[in-house]
Amino acid sequence: MLDNNQLLRFTTAGSVDDGKSTLIGRLLYDSKSIFEDQLEAIEKTSKKKGHNGVDLALFTDGLRDEREQGITIDVAYRYFTTPKRKFIIADTPGHIQYTRNMITGASTANVAIILVDARHGVIEQTKRHAFIASLLRIPHIIVCINKMDLVDFKEDIFDKVINQFEEISSKMLVKDIRYIPISALKGDNVVNRSKQMDWYQGAPLLHTLETMHISSDINKVDARFPVQTVLRPQREGFIDYRGYAGRVASGVLRVNDEITVMPSGFTSKIKTINTFDGEIQEAFAPMSVSITLEDDIDISRGDMIVRSNNKPEATQDIEVMLCWLHNNPAKPRAKYTIRHTSNEQKAMIKEVVYKIDINTLGRVNDDKELKMNDISKVKIHTTKPLMVDTYRENRTTGSIILVDDATNETVAAGMIV
Amino acid sequence: MSKYYLNYLDELESEAIFILREVWAQFQNPVILFSGGKDSILITHLAKKAFYPSKIPFSLMHVDTGHNFHETIQFRDNIVKELGVTLIVGSVQEAIDEGRVAEEKGKNATRNLLQITTLLDAIESNKVDCAIGGGRRDEEKARAKERFFSHRDEFGQWDPKNQRPELWNLFNGKHFEGEHFRVFPISNWTEMDVWNYIKRENISIPSLYFAHEREVVRRDNTWIPNSEFLILEDHEEIVIKKIRFRTLGDITITGGIESNADTLEKIALEVSAMRQTERGNRSDDKRSETAMEDRKRQGYF
Repeated sequence: MLDNNQLLRFTTAGSVDDGKSTLIGRLLYDSKSIFEDQLEAIEKTSKKKGHNGVDLALFTDGLRDEREQGITIDVAYRYFTTPKRKFIIADTPGHIQYTRNMITGASTANVAIILVDARHGVIEQTKRHAFIASLLRIPHIIVCINKMDLVDFKEDIFDKVINQFEEISSKMLVKDIRYIPISALKGDNVVNRSKQMDWYQGAPLLHTLETMHISSDINKVDARFPVQTVLRPQREGFIDYRGYAGRVASGVLRVNDEITVMPSGFTSKIKTINTFDGEIQEAFAPMSVSITLEDDIDISRGDMIVRSNNKPEATQDIEVMLCWLHNNPAKPRAKYTIRHTSNEQKAMIKEVVYKIDINTLGRVNDDKELKMNDISKVKIHTTKPLMVDTYRENRTTGSIILVDDATNETVAAGMIV
Repeated sequence: MSKYYLNYLDELESEAIFILREVWAQFQNPVILFSGGKDSILITHLAKKAFYPSKIPFSLMHVDTGHNFHETIQFRDNIVKELGVTLIVGSVQEAIDEGRVAEEKGKNATRNLLQITTLLDAIESNKVDCAIGGGRRDEEKARAKERFFSHRDEFGQWDPKNQRPELWNLFNGKHFEGEHFRVFPISNWTEMDVWNYIKRENISIPSLYFAHEREVVRRDNTWIPNSEFLILEDHEEIVIKKIRFRTLGDITITGGIESNADTLEKIALEVSAMRQTERGNRSDDKRSETAMEDRKRQGYF
């Protein structure tokens, strides 16, 4: 593995029995990322369950309940590396009741792989998966038309699914969609090129993942630095040191940049950018650094350092696409803790504008209750201003979660519109 | 290609530093669970980076089974001195002596499970609200589902089916009195990433990881080191082999592999060619298919 290799995070979505776990098993198996003792354990279980050969899906089913029921009920993370890239897979379940897990897996992904069963084509669940991928602004979607072996590797079936998918995706905002005909079970076009589908000129899935251009997916324009904590070493050599520690959310910060601290509005200049390995001249997303300023300003966790000529909006009223994640429905006008970057405030859901019918993707105006897995557009009011960008422009400064103070649980996740 | 991108190791490092700073900001009394193994050493290295030029703001907590490699304890004491941090030791031996846990019997007896009680006692008596661990999701299938911020109830138990969703980089460490969190900053690292990073940063690790000659016995397809705790079976025989350890745990259950890798470069090369997972040499994971999940539910690391 080379030193300049990048990390690519992808999520997989598919309906029950679309062969998602098999696909992941296949990727790991054919890229030689599965160890002998793992394989042995899986072989043993496959035999015990009476399967023919090795059931590759067993690699991704980790918890006792899942192994018993043969389904994936939670997000599982898998890792593999090729000479070109390191990959993190968020394997998420496809059932309707697990929309929240799909959203969790999608929130950090560069790429979404959506599986479609070649025999059934685009179904309601596919629409939901595509919608979630576009809602979460995953920059790239790869539609894998799976089980091509069961439709005699026919090109017209592949074309038909593409047409069906284009019909739904044309209404969504996705920059980059690709289609690959595969058989996860047989291994066609996953790692190795299929010998059965000469008509397909594109690359197999793994090659596509290895070569996809992802470094321009991060917002490099708007410099945003949410302060996590203040470093005051108060030891020899650093008596007056006041470093603002954080991770660059987007954009680039340079020494001597004119900056504004929000929400206070104080201005200053960046004096130094520090890391353990020494001072650097510029920091960009997603680097973790600490920053010192020319002037002594009162700054604490939750504040945001931005370039003075490019500021986010400071507001107490936001509109959010909200996904409800918890069994307990939202209480009308209830107060929650809202977390936005390192900032935490009290918040209230003031109004449910509309709800989205996850099956038709249409708007529902007469049902305002927020229940588990519901996606709705809501208006939220906060006790103090948040420094926000729209989620479309900035995944880090455009996202929030709500925490229920009565249970401390994370109950909702939102994207600022 | 633009110069504004991080390579995979820098991105993993930045993510871990972000998590460690979140822990410091969100908890009152966090500790690093320090076993003396490479993953917990890596965590302390990352903590050094996260808070520089301040010193590490966490104490180290060691759950001492009493069945240690001397080298590990030596290493632990050196690092505590170097960093100037407090060391909290939870002793399994004491728990046995006080009758709070009972020792397993027989050839394959280990103190592995007994660590759970000691760990939870140490967390409770020191009012720890967050224990930072070096667990990685690639280690084991139950760990693949673990969150970065993992909630534990007042009995220290993990409820894998009812975990808090974790989206973007928004981590929720809120908890009630008596509950605590386990936080895993290197969740997304693989064994290979750990070695590549240790090599790149030239982090010092116990000599046990490097190939060395040692008295061992062949048991369950691995080389178990000779120690005062080893009970030999009739057919078993102590031999001298050049071995190294891929993980360090209790001396009674940690198997070594035959190896000539005596430098970080050679280890990284060897690991990249490995066909067995590192925990493949840990008999504690082989007890049942869901051995790790079962222990984790009860409060294991």
